[in-house]
Amino acid sequence: MDANEIQNIFFVECEESLEAAEAGLDVCKAGTQDAETINAIFRAVHSIKGGAGAFGYAALQTFTHSFETLLADVREDKVPIEADLVNQLLIALDCLRDHVDAARSATVPPDDSAILQYLKDAHEAVSAAPKKAQADTKASGDDDIDALLDDLLGEPEKTKSADSHDEPAGAAPEWFLHLRPHAGAMSNGAEPLLLLREVSDLGGSCHDCDLKQVPVLDEFDPDLGHLGWTFRMDGKVKHDDVKDVFDFAQEDYTLIFGSSEDDIKTKLDDPQTASSDDEAASEAKQTDGDKQPDTKAPNAPAAAATTAPAPTVATQSIRIDLGKLDKLIDGVGELVIAQAMLTQRLADQDIAHIEELSLLDTLVRDVQEHAMAFRAQPIGSVFSRVPRLLRELSSSTGKHVKLKVQGESTELDKTVIERLGEPLTHLIRNAVDHGIEDAEERRAQGKDPEGTLTLSAEQKAGRVVINISDDGRGINAEKVRKKAIANGLITEDAQLSEEEINNLVFAPGFSTAEQVSSVSGRGVGMDVVRQNVKELGGRITIESTPGSGTSFILALPLTLAISDGMIVQSGDQSLVIPLAHVVESLRPLPADLKGMGYDRQMLNVRGHFLPVLPLDQLTGASTRMADPCEGVVVIVETERCGQAALLVDTITDQRQFVIKSLDTHYHAVDGVAGATILGNGRVSLIVDVDHLVQSAGHTGDWQVAA
Amino acid sequence: MHKATRILTVDDSPSMRALLMQALTAHGFDVEQAEDGVEALEWLATNEVDLVITDINMPRMDGFGLIENLRGSARHTDRPILVLTTESSDEKKKRARDAGATGWIVKPFDAEKLATAVRRVTH
Repeated sequence: MDANEIQNIFFVECEESLEAAEAGLDVCKAGTQDAETINAIFRAVHSIKGGAGAFGYAALQTFTHSFETLLADVREDKVPIEADLVNQLLIALDCLRDHVDAARSATVPPDDSAILQYLKDAHEAVSAAPKKAQADTKASGDDDIDALLDDLLGEPEKTKSADSHDEPAGAAPEWFLHLRPHAGAMSNGAEPLLLLREVSDLGGSCHDCDLKQVPVLDEFDPDLGHLGWTFRMDGKVKHDDVKDVFDFAQEDYTLIFGSSEDDIKTKLDDPQTASSDDEAASEAKQTDGDKQPDTKAPNAPAAAATTAPAPTVATQSIRIDLGKLDKLIDGVGELVIAQAMLTQRLADQDIAHIEELSLLDTLVRDVQEHAMAFRAQPIGSVFSRVPRLLRELSSSTGKHVKLKVQGESTELDKTVIERLGEPLTHLIRNAVDHGIEDAEERRAQGKDPEGTLTLSAEQKAGRVVINISDDGRGINAEKVRKKAIANGLITEDAQLSEEEINNLVFAPGFSTAEQVSSVSGRGVGMDVVRQNVKELGGRITIESTPGSGTSFILALPLTLAISDGMIVQSGDQSLVIPLAHVVESLRPLPADLKGMGYDRQMLNVRGHFLPVLPLDQLTGASTRMADPCEGVVVIVETERCGQAALLVDTITDQRQFVIKSLDTHYHAVDGVAGATILGNGRVSLIVDVDHLVQSAGHTGDWQVAA
Repeated sequence: MHKATRILTVDDSPSMRALLMQALTAHGFDVEQAEDGVEALEWLATNEVDLVITDINMPRMDGFGLIENLRGSARHTDRPILVLTTESSDEKKKRARDAGATGWIVKPFDAEKLATAVRRVTH
């Protein structure tokens, strides 16, 4: 595992942490503010901070530090959880997300000055008072004792500190170190021997071992320190290096630094050795403290809060590289095909109804279902980004919108989930910008001044249906119509159903916003949304009621690896037409077919003329269908070129198929979206309907595509 | 030939676990990993290690809880335990010591310092 991979793990973890924190804050906003929720938010931010430090993202680390500091105050009940605080924390979280994104894409970190100031102010507001009070009492108490000690000893502190910090200069004369472990030196699994060895490795040699304090055997306690050592140290060794060795255990050792053996002896004989040593130690602490200022207030209560084991049962999970998972799913796809081939073979032998085969069938289905579930993720991960979007929209449009979410546990393929974000964002921006009226207009119509956006997801007939509904003004059919006429999308006398008018908003270059706003209405958008959804093998439809709202309904496939297709026969080839494109199929009547130019025909389908594209020309079949009326036309819907009629010999089947990319096995072929293996074991090409119809329209001679 | 020092790291963050694994194995240590205090205790119930390195903030059972638990059993009284902390303040170190930690590693750590700290406490 290299550094890059670890970094990737970190960013995945950041996403999880951000989601956990957001979920926690949402719960807080809803009014539940128990210790575990706060703790979870704290942990999420803390974990990002840890990684940010490890990977050197300074801006991210600084921001998370301030964020975490305030969260620690909240955790310790120093800061009450109020609506305003939660809102600010949410803003801070949004900013944190931007920080993470900036770190990931190596771009400039966001401007966090305002929210950073808030975090610092809020922290200082609570910590300043108690900290100061404490400092005061501490100062007065300690000062008094120090002053008393100074008086008693009559020894100026400064000379001592200068003494103990005496750095060897020039030729670096050797110096002496006396160390004596105390009772605690062996506790907590510590081993003084290791430290002695380390001192020796640094460049010290044992000069003297003091045995005077070894007790008689009866009084001997092996856990206590009875020995003292004096080391002769190489001049190159710095005092700080030695202090560093005792970093973990400075309180459990007496350390005396001296320029000569006599110097050590004087200090040892001094009855106040211990106190002078304490001071040396406290000086060391002081310098440590200066290097890394601790802005945190003492937080003893945190221990009580964190040691309580969380009552929630964590789900067991393991991380698997996505590539490995895809290989498994690929393998399952092959298994399904092999099983279908076996069934066919056995059917040819009239033994298709054996018990073992149906058992195999059940098992394969189970395995396939479970394998698909690996890639499935709850749609909640997409929905969870919506609150932030609404907050941003609320500040840019001034419209406050409530969010209702249903079915967030509905699962979809990971790839679909990842590519769903963009169209969903666009639809929500549109809903808030165009759909939902401003507060005054809503009041005038007797509506709740706060708009409501409802997101729901459910599984229906092998597809996932996502509904994005607003309770706004609905689509103004007359306005859409006028706009479409102005844009030349339809003619003035066109008779359109309500549904057809609604669908005009998906036309390229259509926008009804009277004024183009910063949020939406740039004239690109809805057509792109439809394109995105189509690329995912889905469909989008609109339901709108003027005055009471609009719903966009997305129907998406559960997975991208398996699609529904229509298997058609064309010449001597079996081809697959993805069902997502198919509108209807019919047998053409001679009266509906009109010739056009050389070798082209149009088909009249209820008043609309569609180009007829014989598929056998594409496959280069040796025999041409003499009369189109003997075949079947499949009416397909395309993205850019409207509808077209594909002429085939017959429709043989409709079934699910596993898509095999041609790129990986052969090379990309225009007009072919991929290949699949049919039940009879034969490879069949999947028709790229969009490309096919488009090239037919552009070149006039669409055989080029073949 | 010495047997490699066996270390159990306890951290809920996958990236931190990966970093620890990388740094420690690079220095020839034998590394086992747990995701929180509860998992660490379960693993330690049936396994032996030379050293435990634990994070503080973790779900289910945090680092302090884990140390307390370990120090409470005779088997682990003398077990060296290092704490991973993001704060290098004295107060934090004292707290770690009071909880029963043998030493600490300040995050972000570099592999050398980590190895030094490990050698300083492993016996």
